[in-house]
Amino acid sequence: MKRRSVVQYAAVAAALSLGLTACGGGSSESKGSDTVRVTLANHVWTEGIKAAVPEFEKSTGLKVELTQLGEDQLSDQYNVKLNAGSDEIDVMMYRPLQEGKAFAKNGYLADLTSKVAEDADWNWKDYQDGPVTASTFEDKVMGVPIITEREVLYYRKDLLKAAGLEVPKTMEELEAAAKKISSADTAGFVARTGKSAAVTQFSSFLYSFGGDFTDESGKSAVGTEEAKKAYAFYGGLIKNYGPKNVSTDMSWPEAMAIFTQGKAAFYTEADSLYKNATDPAKSKVADTVGFAPLPAGPAGSKPYNIPSWGLAVNEASANQDNAWKFIQWATSKERTLEAQKAGVPGPRASVWADPAGTSTYPKDLAAAIAVSAENGVGHDRPQVLTVGKAREIVGGPIVASITGADASAAADTANAAFQKFLDDENK
Amino acid sequence: MSVLTPSRTSGRTANAQENFSAWANRHRKWLFAAPAMIFVGVLIIFPLAWTLYLSLTDSQGSVRAASDFVGLENYLTVLTDTERFWPAVGRTMSFTLVALACEIILGMAIALLLWRPFRGEKWVRVAILLPLVATPVAVGMMWRLIFDPNIGFANQLLGLLGIPPQPWLSGQDSALPTTIFMDVWQWTPMVVLILLAGLTALSDEPDEAARMDGATALQRFFYVTLPLMMPTVIVAILLRGIDALKTFDILYATKGKGGGSFHEVETLNVYAYGLSFDYNQYGLSSAVLILFFMIIIGSMWLLTMRKKAASK
Repeated sequence: MKRRSVVQYAAVAAALSLGLTACGGGSSESKGSDTVRVTLANHVWTEGIKAAVPEFEKSTGLKVELTQLGEDQLSDQYNVKLNAGSDEIDVMMYRPLQEGKAFAKNGYLADLTSKVAEDADWNWKDYQDGPVTASTFEDKVMGVPIITEREVLYYRKDLLKAAGLEVPKTMEELEAAAKKISSADTAGFVARTGKSAAVTQFSSFLYSFGGDFTDESGKSAVGTEEAKKAYAFYGGLIKNYGPKNVSTDMSWPEAMAIFTQGKAAFYTEADSLYKNATDPAKSKVADTVGFAPLPAGPAGSKPYNIPSWGLAVNEASANQDNAWKFIQWATSKERTLEAQKAGVPGPRASVWADPAGTSTYPKDLAAAIAVSAENGVGHDRPQVLTVGKAREIVGGPIVASITGADASAAADTANAAFQKFLDDENK
Repeated sequence: MSVLTPSRTSGRTANAQENFSAWANRHRKWLFAAPAMIFVGVLIIFPLAWTLYLSLTDSQGSVRAASDFVGLENYLTVLTDTERFWPAVGRTMSFTLVALACEIILGMAIALLLWRPFRGEKWVRVAILLPLVATPVAVGMMWRLIFDPNIGFANQLLGLLGIPPQPWLSGQDSALPTTIFMDVWQWTPMVVLILLAGLTALSDEPDEAARMDGATALQRFFYVTLPLMMPTVIVAILLRGIDALKTFDILYATKGKGGGSFHEVETLNVYAYGLSFDYNQYGLSSAVLILFFMIIIGSMWLLTMRKKAASK
């Protein structure tokens, strides 16, 4: 490790951790070495790769050093290490829409444009448009998407049957069905409620009501009539037909727990989490869960269709060629198919076209995914540099609406704050 | 001449050695302290100075990106921020004061109970100290499950007693008190430990004398034991107070970034974390941390003064 980077590493770690816990780190040196250091998030995808790594090591003669972290710890780790220009990470699993833009702007990510074009067998053209756009910054390819997500409707077949209802195709039908089923111990509807966590799942409602976070000119659009209606609808569903004493901190684990404990009839969530609902070990409703495309709003059914995770190469890594070799292997058609069979929706069109690609999926889910992939929107959160802050701003009216406060006034406040945020960022 | 050369050389070496050992002898207090001083310098002074420097710049996005020196602008921004900063100061203070008061009172009560020997004393002591050894993040996760408003154990228990379910951690007004409860649950044992050590060191004579004079148990506690215990109590307040001011783990584990959707439990530490790790505004975050550091130093100084007065 270079002397300068040691000092920088120490400085950044120290500055960021004053008053917090100290940061660990440090590992063996390597310059274009045979060891590829890979940092991955806890995910079903990661489990599959971990099991297959020996195969990669055997065929290439390289050694893989794997670090696996929770989502938040992963972000913190990147913030400290990449900030210091550390070369301790070669391959990094990252969230293109959450951190991609900021990382690319800060020069943390290596430009992969020429590398993805090199290998026709591996075939970059096989990747769906939405995920490719989200992994590109200023016309340069910054990462290879590995996991894609669309919002779908999870529902309870048994409850719908008992109530004599059809699967809702429009938002109005969804509300009516939720109202009919909602009772003292079963909620009609549940979804994420946390100010920041709910933004991504709310986004599909926003698009389906004809809104977006920003308009064509890049100005804030969360105060428009469409946005206000979407805020009121999403929050209203949870307030009126959601679980009693609903917490306003729920992310997917909490909302999913309510659904899988059999305490809610409808749930809108990312399709990539479906295993949590269909696995009998995790879910009490594994036998009765059904999937449908997101119900249509005034502007149609417009769920997001995004790459939630991708792989990138650290710009400061001295081992970029071997890092690329790892990515090429981990994102090959075969591996993508394997991952997809294990329940991780991938970004490759050929794998979706292959019947084997959807062989392990519930039929209704595969159908819902196909619909969403077609009319999906390529982002599920504001496309800005400081996504964390932007989510808190545009998420405010969701929480206001859930708690029964004036959602329209909250949307106006958020609109002004978001516009100021955008102005500051584009200064 | 040539014979003289080696002896001159060795003489020079011997001289240098002598010089060095004389120098080392003269400066031995510095020499022996040097490792510790270097340690403090590298791990405390340098980070602090770096943070101070960052707080005077508009550093954001990446620490390596170019940033401008902006003087005290960050401090001005922070000190006039009534939306996040001052509420966070208020929460930090109320969290610390309430938690500390509960811990000292409860801790004193438990320490008094454990003071006199009784059967099974060892087991009771071990049981009471258990929360202390648990990892705060695990404690946070445990309470989060217990306090879940829909599927948590706490509300099921209340239901059995016929009491309506409470929002606990998810309530806008009940979140901070709930985290205070968790802090009290975890850290009272430490206060018990400190106070018990103080009690054991007390001489029995003043207490016996008071008993002979017919003082009641309450009188003996308030007029004999407590005044004698004052220095120990202040040590407990000092140690626990600083810790409570800096609480981060249980707040983050239960409410996540920003201390919840309404920033219900956002203390200064949680705020500074969000500013640097979520917003990447390093200048602003450093300013908050420096102010926070000054608050801690200030409270520590006040308490130390008080302790000096108490031991006189």
